[in-house]
Order: sequence, then structure tokens, then C-alpha cells
Amino acid sequence: MSIPTLTPFPGGLLLPAHKENATQSPIINAAMPQRLIFPLQYPAQQHHTVPAVPQVSVGDTVLKGQCIAQGDTPNTSCIPVHASTSGTVMAIEDHPVPHPDDTHTRCIIVEPDGQDKWITRKKADVTTLDNDVIFDRIAQAGIIGQGGAGFPCIDKLHSQDKAIHTLIINGAECEPYICCDDSLMRERADTIIEGTRILQQLLKPEHCYLAIEDNKPDAIAAVQKAAKDTAIDIIVVPTRYPIGGELQLIQTLTGQEVPSGNNPTDIGILCHNVGTVAAVYHAVALDEPSLSRIITLTGDSLDKQGNLEVLIGTPIDSLLDEMGVNRDTLSQVIMGGPLMGFAVHDLNSPVLKTTNCLIAATREALPPPKAEMPCIRCGRCEPVCPASLLPQQLYWYARDNDAKALTEYNLFDCIECGACAYVCPSHIPLVDYYRKSKHHLRQAADEKARADKAKQRFDAREKRLVEQAAARDARKQGGDKQSAIAAAIARAKAKDAK
Amino acid sequence: MTANILIAIFTFALLALLLGSALCFAAKRLKGDRNALVEQINAILPQTQCGQCDYAGCRPYAAAIAQGEAINKCPPGGEATIQALANLLEQEAVPLNTEHGTHEAPQVVIIREDDCIGCTLCIQACPVDAIVGTAKQMHTVITDACTGCKLCLPPCPVDCIDLTQRVAA
Ligand code: SF4
Ligand code: SF4
Ligand code: SF4
Ligand code: SF4
Ligand code: SF4
Repeated sequence: MSIPTLTPFPGGLLLPAHKENATQSPIINAAMPQRLIFPLQYPAQQHHTVPAVPQVSVGDTVLKGQCIAQGDTPNTSCIPVHASTSGTVMAIEDHPVPHPDDTHTRCIIVEPDGQDKWITRKKADVTTLDNDVIFDRIAQAGIIGQGGAGFPCIDKLHSQDKAIHTLIINGAECEPYICCDDSLMRERADTIIEGTRILQQLLKPEHCYLAIEDNKPDAIAAVQKAAKDTAIDIIVVPTRYPIGGELQLIQTLTGQEVPSGNNPTDIGILCHNVGTVAAVYHAVALDEPSLSRIITLTGDSLDKQGNLEVLIGTPIDSLLDEMGVNRDTLSQVIMGGPLMGFAVHDLNSPVLKTTNCLIAATREALPPPKAEMPCIRCGRCEPVCPASLLPQQLYWYARDNDAKALTEYNLFDCIECGACAYVCPSHIPLVDYYRKSKHHLRQAADEKARADKAKQRFDAREKRLVEQAAARDARKQGGDKQSAIAAAIARAKAKDAK
Repeated sequence: MTANILIAIFTFALLALLLGSALCFAAKRLKGDRNALVEQINAILPQTQCGQCDYAGCRPYAAAIAQGEAINKCPPGGEATIQALANLLEQEAVPLNTEHGTHEAPQVVIIREDDCIGCTLCIQACPVDAIVGTAKQMHTVITDACTGCKLCLPPCPVDCIDLTQRVAA
């Protein structure tokens, strides 16, 4: 046991938890929906993935766990898609997916047959498996970081040719309302610990911490019991938003700040959510891809609240119905928490591997955003920022579209935690501004890269055309080809410089 | 006496040599500066290479701008490019000259491969070598390299090249 001294991260907030309603009852399995929707491309905001290529056609029958879409070349950043139950492929078409911008993505739509019939699985004694096999099983399972940002698990693991000295398992679920990780830790601590041990076997870190906020005593007790006789240290961390943020948790446990523009793995630290390591256990030991997850269904518009084990691809609407949604009082459905989540535009959208919480909010509980008022330069946003940024400055630069200043003021270090907007007396949706600006800056960088490539190809073609013309001339005159080419290039250069 | 004349001749010769080389150097230097300016301008242009500016590509237009040509003739670049050029050249930004076309969302082309007769005309038209194929074989577009310049559309004898919106990577 080596308990680190905790270093507080800057900023942060104490928030009302709102978790009591959904933590009363144990996890239940959600009912089998009418249809399941599997996006081919992950509607992520933080990083690019390539759309997977369907491996099935309309009318095909599929089994639970069958890979129905994957990358056409290995090594593409492409997450394989699996059918989460057995049934028939009804369509491959554009379908709404949950995203702040109300986007549509190509999806495979499967109608369940009710049999829930599995593919053949090869259970394994993990301790006898090679690292390559473990990597492969994790890659094939399509596991995505379940904490929120949705980084493919395998990418995180592969990013370390550098050694990992500290493995951190994140059980600090800090945003109000969300309690799916809490319920997972209380009820399935063994799975989490087994999954963590697989990562330990793989990476051989010196330290392995599992961090839980001090407002979850039951989860702490359960995980401590399961982790007895292992080299995993359970660390109880103070409850303060956003301690569940990867960078904030790393800072709290190790005192280290991840330098701007770097990933934690660059400084030898790997951080995974408890749900992700549970999925790793299923993938490696049981040979089961990532097919379901636990989702908190809460909000005052629901008759019943609680944590459900939900098949990936289940339409949000059918979950709301199952929990007895009152459509008269329902004002909006938030995916994620009240600070970092977003309103779902189309309730036909499926739940994703990153969907941790659905809040069916009444008008009273989460009123529609108040009208934005001018910034009064009160400075309240600054001390709460966990990334030590200057939210007010960023806001002004975002309004001016000042790319240079936004970069200088480290816009890309913003973790979009929403603490600044939460305290802003002018109700300025600051994070919306930051998200848009980040999007613009990324787009500009993409355009620049494309233009550079086009320029190269254009120049290469010009050069080739000159050479070909020269070779033709040379042939005509029966002269020496090489010197004619050289002469033509010289002529072209002279023309250019003129 | 002769010595004086010799000294004078020598002095002037030396002077001529010095001034001459200075001039020569200045000329080279200025040309260097101008080339650098052309490069700076070219770096701002979108490299669609579509020729809508009435030049044979972005670089020729950049060279013309360096000589004083108007900065508002590039539709793919649109207002953002005009603004960036205006900043670089310390000029007023002016609205896009729509005689050259209007600014559109980024596009790429795809070849309906079943209809293609393999005539290779589109390959010859493409300014960035974004089309692959050989005579009498099906042709296809490297979408990632296509700038959406549309230059391959008119030559195609069977109209089997379609324009589509470019989707984000
Ligand atoms: S809290 Fe809001 S009003 Fe106050 S300085 Fe920040 S952005 Fe402006
Ligand atoms: S949203 Fe960004 S700027 Fe605002 S407090 Fe969080 S990290 Fe700081
Ligand atoms: S109009 Fe076309 S060729 Fe001319 S500068 Fe713009 S992109 Fe380049
Ligand atoms: S494929 Fe056609 S539209 Fe695309 S760059 Fe080449 S010529 Fe232009
Ligand atoms: S011009 Fe049209 S028909 Fe000819 S090769 Fe190109 S796409 Fe095929």
C-alpha cells in the first residue's frame, strides 16, 4: 500500500449532488427495445474517427456480439461495431444520433428476434494470455472510454511505447445526477478489479490507484473488499467538481500537471474509467465485445428513476417509456450531466457507449437557459476554472474570432467542464462559445493541411508536365533527353523568376 | 602625371565595380523579396487550383497580386481569404468580385465508375493529380486529394463525374 499525498487542483465547485433518487434500487436490465441503432461513425467531438464499413446487408440475420461493421484496413482509427443482440438487419441508412449539433450519421438498424443468441465465445484464463492477444481482444471489442470524451480504449493503450508508471482507475463521478459508476462499483466491484488487474498485467505499472469521491461510502466499501490482496490502492478523494476530469484527477493523485498539448500517457500516466475497465474484463476474459453499459435514468419527469443496464443502440425514447415518462412535464432530455451534457434533439437517437446519464428534466428542475446578458467583467468565472484559464478573456476572443489570441490563451486546454458558465451572473453560455471556437480552429487547421497538400500536388504536376514536354521535344529533335529536360526546367525557372 | 591618371582610372574602375556589384546584389535581393511575397500570398490562397480567378492556378494569381492585381478574384477563398490578403498587403478588404463566381461549401467529385469509358480526359484536366486510372480502364477519384475545382467535369464525354458536398474528415 502506498497512499499518495493528495494535491488539490485549482478552481472547482461544490455542487448539489442530486444522486439520491437514482441510487435507491439495484441495477436492472432494460427491456429489449423494438429496434437497435448502430452508428457507423462515432459522433465524437474531440477527435476524428473513420466510419466503419458495414459487413452485413439488409435482410441478414445477426447474432449477439457479431461484428457488423469495421475498418476496411487495419490500423485505421476505426471502432468496430457489434450487434448487441440477435436479430435481422432492417436498414442501413442515415439516422439521428445524439450530438449537440443534431447530426445524422449512417447507421445499421437491427430488429431484435428476442432470442438474444450469442456468437461462440472463447473464455480465457487471463494469466496465460500473451500481451498481443490481450491487445487484440481489447481492439476487437470496440471499447470506448466510458467516462465521456469517448477516446477509443485501444488508442490510449497503444499510445504508450513509453512506459506507464501509474495506472489510475477513475471512479470519481463528480457531476450532479450521474451515478452509473457508483452503482457499478457497489454491485460489480469484482469485475472492475479483474479488469484493472488485466491492465496491470499488460502494462506493469509501479502504482495503480482506484479513486473514488468521499460521498460514495458504499462504493468505497465494496471496492475495498474486492481489491483486498491485490496491488490496487483505493484512494478516497474529496468531493469537488470536476475532480472526475482526467487531468484534475491526475493532478490530485500525483501532483503532476499534464503539459499543454500532451496526453497523460506522455508523462507515463494512463487513466481509465471504471466502466471501461469492466468492459476490458468482459472483452479479455469472457471474449465479449462492448455491447451494453449502465446508464442513470433520472429527472423529475420520470415515474421511476434508477440505473439500467442498457444495450448499446437502444433508442432513448424506449428507455424513457420504460421509466414512465410524463410527456406533459418533460421539458428536455439531457445526455450526460447538467454541466457537461447537452440536450438531445431527437429522442429516436440511440444511446452510445459514452452515454452515462439521461436526465428527463422538467421545466422547474432544469429551466431553459436564461437570456444571455452582456459580460460585466465581474471575474467570477476565473477562480473556478480547474484548468487555470481566463474564461472571460477567452469569451471576448471567441466573440472576435481571434484565432491567435485563443491559441495563446490556451483555449485547447479548456476541458469544457462548464464551471465558469455555472457561476456566470450574466448567464453567458461560455462553453458553447469555446466549443464553437475550437471547432473553427480545428477546421481552419484541416483546411490549411488540405491546401498544403494540394499545393504540393499542383507543384509536382507542373514539374512533371515541364519534364514531359521537354522529353517530347527531345524525341522530336532526336536530341539528348536529359539535357533537354534540364534546359526546359531552367526555362521554366527563368519564367517564374521574371 | 601618368601616375595620377592611372590612380584616377583605377579609382573609377574600382568604384564602378563596387557600385555595379551593389546594384546587382540589390536587384537579386529585391527579386528574392518579391518571390518571398509571392510565396506568402500563395500560402493564403486556398490551392483549389480552379482557375476561376482567370489565372492558371493559385500561384500564378499570387504572382499577379504581388504585381498589384486585385485581391478579390478568388471565389473558393471567399471573404476570409480576401481579409487575410488585405491584412498581409495592408490594403482595404473589398467584397468578392462575383464575376469570377460565388463562394460555395467545399466540394469533391466522384466518378460513377460503371459509366466511365476510361478515356483519360479527366486525368489530363486535373490540376492536382487526384484521379487515377489508365486508358480504357475505370477511373476513380482520390477524394482526399480532390480540391473540388470542377476542371474535370467539362472534358468528360459521358458526364459520369458528379459533384458532392465534401464531408468533414
Ligand atoms: S462570470 Fe460572466 S459576467 Fe463575470 S466576467 Fe466571467 S463571463 Fe463576464
Ligand atoms: S469550461 Fe473551460 S474555461 Fe470554463 S471553467 Fe471549465 S475549463 Fe475553465
Ligand atoms: S480562384 Fe481558384 S485558382 Fe484562383 S486563386 Fe482561387 S482557388 Fe486558386
Ligand atoms: S478530381 Fe476534378 S474536381 Fe477534383 S481536383 Fe481533380 S479536376 Fe478538380
Ligand atoms: S473523362 Fe469521364 S469517361 Fe473519361 S476517364 Fe474520366 S470519368 Fe471516365
